[in-house]
Amino acid sequence: MYPANFDYQKAASVDAALQAMADNPDLKVIAGGHSLLPAMKLRLAQPPALLDIFNLEELKGIKEDGDFYVVGAMTTHADVLRSQLPLFPEVAGWVGDPMVRNRGTIGGSLAHADPSADYPAAALATGAEFVIRGMGGERTVGADEMFLGMFESAVQHGELLTHIRIPRGISASVYEKYRHPASHYAIVGVAMARHADGQIRAAYTGAAEKAARLPKLEERLNAGQDAGTGLVEGADMLGDRFASAEFRAHLVDVLSDRAAKRLG
Amino acid sequence: MTGNESRTDKYFGQALKRKEDPRFITGTGNYTDDIVLPGMLHAAMVRSPYPHAKIGGINKESVTGMPGVVAVLTGQDIADAGIGSIPVGWLLPELKTPAHPAIALTEANHVGDIVAVVVAENRALAEDAASMLEVDYEPLPSVAFAGAAIAEGAPVVHDDVPGNVAFNWEIGDATAVQEGFNAAYKTVKLKLTNQRLIPNAIEPRASLAQFTPASGEYLLYTTSQNPHIHRLILAAFVMNIPEHKLRVISPDVGGGFGSKIFQYQEEVIMLLAARLMGRPVKWTARRSEAFVSDMQGRDHETETEMAVDKDGKMLAFRVNTLANLGAYQTLFAPAVPTYLYGTLCNGVYKLPAVHVKVQGVMTNTVPVDAYRGAGRPEATYAIERTVDAMAHALGEDPAEFRRKNFIQPEDFPYQTPVALVYDSGNYEPALDMALGMMKYPELRAEQERMKGSNKILGVSVISYVEACGLAPSALVGQLGAQAGQWESSLVRVYPTGKVELFTGSHSHGQGHETAFPQIAADELQIPIEDIDLVHGDTGRMPYGWGTYGSRSAAVGGSALKVALQKITAKAKKIAAHLLEASEEDVEHENGVFRIKGAPDQSKTFFDVALMAHLAHSLPDGMEPGLEATAFYDPKNFVYPFGTHMAVVEIDTDTGKVDLRNYGCVDDCGPLINPLIVEGQVHGGIAQGAGQALWEEGAYDEEGNLLAASYMEYTMPRADDLPMYQIDHTVTPSPHNPLGVKGIGESGTIASSAAVANAVLDALWHECGIEHLDMPYTAEKVWKAIRDSRAGMGQAADD
Ligand SMILES: Cc1cc2nc3c(=O)[nH]c(=O)nc-3n(C[C@H](O)[C@H](O)[C@H](O)COP(=O)(O)OP(=O)(O)OC[C@H]3O[C@@H](n4cnc5c(N)ncnc54)[C@H](O)[C@@H]3O)c2cc1C
Repeated sequence: MYPANFDYQKAASVDAALQAMADNPDLKVIAGGHSLLPAMKLRLAQPPALLDIFNLEELKGIKEDGDFYVVGAMTTHADVLRSQLPLFPEVAGWVGDPMVRNRGTIGGSLAHADPSADYPAAALATGAEFVIRGMGGERTVGADEMFLGMFESAVQHGELLTHIRIPRGISASVYEKYRHPASHYAIVGVAMARHADGQIRAAYTGAAEKAARLPKLEERLNAGQDAGTGLVEGADMLGDRFASAEFRAHLVDVLSDRAAKRLG
Repeated sequence: MTGNESRTDKYFGQALKRKEDPRFITGTGNYTDDIVLPGMLHAAMVRSPYPHAKIGGINKESVTGMPGVVAVLTGQDIADAGIGSIPVGWLLPELKTPAHPAIALTEANHVGDIVAVVVAENRALAEDAASMLEVDYEPLPSVAFAGAAIAEGAPVVHDDVPGNVAFNWEIGDATAVQEGFNAAYKTVKLKLTNQRLIPNAIEPRASLAQFTPASGEYLLYTTSQNPHIHRLILAAFVMNIPEHKLRVISPDVGGGFGSKIFQYQEEVIMLLAARLMGRPVKWTARRSEAFVSDMQGRDHETETEMAVDKDGKMLAFRVNTLANLGAYQTLFAPAVPTYLYGTLCNGVYKLPAVHVKVQGVMTNTVPVDAYRGAGRPEATYAIERTVDAMAHALGEDPAEFRRKNFIQPEDFPYQTPVALVYDSGNYEPALDMALGMMKYPELRAEQERMKGSNKILGVSVISYVEACGLAPSALVGQLGAQAGQWESSLVRVYPTGKVELFTGSHSHGQGHETAFPQIAADELQIPIEDIDLVHGDTGRMPYGWGTYGSRSAAVGGSALKVALQKITAKAKKIAAHLLEASEEDVEHENGVFRIKGAPDQSKTFFDVALMAHLAHSLPDGMEPGLEATAFYDPKNFVYPFGTHMAVVEIDTDTGKVDLRNYGCVDDCGPLINPLIVEGQVHGGIAQGAGQALWEEGAYDEEGNLLAASYMEYTMPRADDLPMYQIDHTVTPSPHNPLGVKGIGESGTIASSAAVANAVLDALWHECGIEHLDMPYTAEKVWKAIRDSRAGMGQAADD
């Protein structure tokens, strides 16, 4: 497990990091390293230079700001797990193991947009917002616009995800996960949250190219019906040796039903 | 537990904590990769990315100019150095063995086959250069599965193995079996796949070689279960080194499970590189290399058939197996699917006739050899799966069907129709104990209650016997082994009464450093703290054959016992001399030698040890010193047995199988250290359950390994497994001085069958499914349930 040679530097601030990236397009941001380093060790990724943002204090911790919690992108899974956030602590408990959770970050995971990561479902169900900064300034992207495809988020080359804004009015939430037996990533994860207006939002991850909302499920639940089946009918599912597309679609139904029952 | 209590020993039978553990759990062990020699270079392997390819040009210059790169070695360098093919250690009649060069010369035959080696100043440089070396491959047609490899027109792996068939082997009386089937009241037939497994010892393989030109001596540190076997093969067959000039040290080794028995390519390469470079050279496998270069396990395609009479008594058992050997045959490869498998297909039953036919097939996959249990888990799975199918067909309870077919206590020693003579056994007590411990009737009632819901229960009861303690040398010699299978021990007593034990057995997780001194402390009647075990170094130990096939206690322990008896016999003579008594009047009790009837007249072990070395006053003609060596060749295998029970809960909505309870009653004869025995059983069950539920060394049909990392290969985790309930019966082996059998593999031998049968018990009771192949992954189980329910629904609608 030896990565190819690379240079390494630590960022002094978000501004300095953005400047460094503008100066050197080869720079690759490293946060907790728990997605990037495994890829480098297998030499699937061979970035010539790393820019480490993990220790930036301005990107750590959870604050309250009006109707939102504001979570620094470099907040570790372990800190999320111990926090007062809605839904995310339960989801963080499903991420990897204690070592992964002590090092991996919420921002790293969400920027990475791994189709089998857990948080994207939570972000969609809570209606989180993403604060993204580049040399040109800051923009905020809604959850529904964040996950664009496999390993593709709205965070562009040269930009940093700095904060995640999560609504505070959520009264109940659940996450149901069917783990990949080997990797323990999500084969399917279904997240559900009841918002301040009483409406339920639901989303799934793991089963398709990217995490997505479950409109049919939301409609049924908000109409007081059962979750039912056929929730992702017609959608393109992933399929592999461990779970075919058909099985994944079935699991979305099963987990949605279980989540709905737990949510009450 | 029954039986062990009758022993009066002080240490034998005690659950002492393992002496070796403090160094392992505080990170102060000394593994091959920890060893650093002055001037050491590092090697990285260039491995074939193709299952089968002609090796065209290798452009050494593509990396030799890189800073820090010292050399590139290819198959040509191996050939030029006159290095021989790595030999097979067990020959069968008409076995076809393709050449196995240390570095492939003309053809790579599996993904991971070594095509070149880069030697550099450090590991990172070696890895970088290895990733950049230019190799021209011309991919050739390839084949991964045994069934496909013997089909007409299949790609040929080696030209000198036509049709890819390396051997055809059979055992038992085919005619007698046919007669059994002709007379049958009922027969069942199953098609079983015993999937490919990847061993995954926690310490990856490593080796480090040094050559001293002045003396012509080689030193090899390597991750080996049997350093003398490595020395013998390397010296005599591969490298042409005088055997006494090669010292092989196998220091702390982090697990083997069989995968560290074999002579590998890398050890040959390190020795050659060290000689050519004039500097020590080290290689340590990356985990991803381990996946494509550690010898793998199992991989059988099998058909079984059983016949019973109208009373449900077994008449005959027939087995037909295709064994996938992979791309080369390594040390024990031909023996594992034959003598270690076919001979065990009798199980614990009074079977009048058994016939087993095996075809060994070469494919473009990583070679298959002994993996924990080696042949016996395959045999247990074949027979126990079939026994359950028969119990279902007869409508009998699987426990009772087994019971009525058991070999009875008075039948031992028992000659089976497939060559083995079981030494001792008493199968019913283990069965009854297990049924009681697990509350079998309550489980069956619970199963009834859960029927039809979305959580269903499965319960299994399997009984196994295995043959271990390899082995009587003359017997295995007749069967094709190219080695002896005795074991040696040296006991060296120092003037201060402290003792070192030397054994040819090797501990790589088995706890020998604790268990062997337990045996010695009782025989010598001295504190266990005064005794240490030395192993794993051909420069220090007497000759020995190492550890595999659960042989350490039964064979190595017996050798130790005999050596210890020589020590105490001599010590007693010296004590008698010092006490001025005749030897017959001296007894060895409570740690002293004393005159019978005059207990105050005594000499301690220390007194005797000191005098043996001072030699100021010894019996007439006695040699000084207190040291003894014994070579012990066992009279037979030993035959541990027992009953294992698994309880699974299946979520019918998702197909997920949860191993809820597991209980077993094993009989390995007297327990030297129950804690160690328990540890062996725990690990063994995890490995067998791993096969039943999760592990699968999946290849595509061309031979690309699909499960090449822990992202794709499901290792069992602690939270996947329940707390086990473990107990024992004790039926000593009648033919070794300790009465011990073996326990290193029993857990694995029994548990894949136990867990598989539990899953199928659930599926049979719920929806009449007779068989599914391991591993029972969620989707497979979910689909089976859905399809059979749909079938039933349709049947009801019609
Ligand atoms: C053994 C193991 C098990 C795991 N199991 C799970 C699991 O069950 N579920 C799960 O969801 N995840 C799992 N993970 C992944 C883990 O959650 C990672 O920590 C996470 O996906 C990435 O976060 P990181 O901080 O480690 O990011 P890094 O690995 O450092 O970075 C990931 C990518 O995001 C980019 N990046 C990071 N931060 C930013 C930023 N602020 N702005 C812009 N780009 C950025 C990096 O350049 C890189 O491309 C597992 C990982 C391991 C090693």
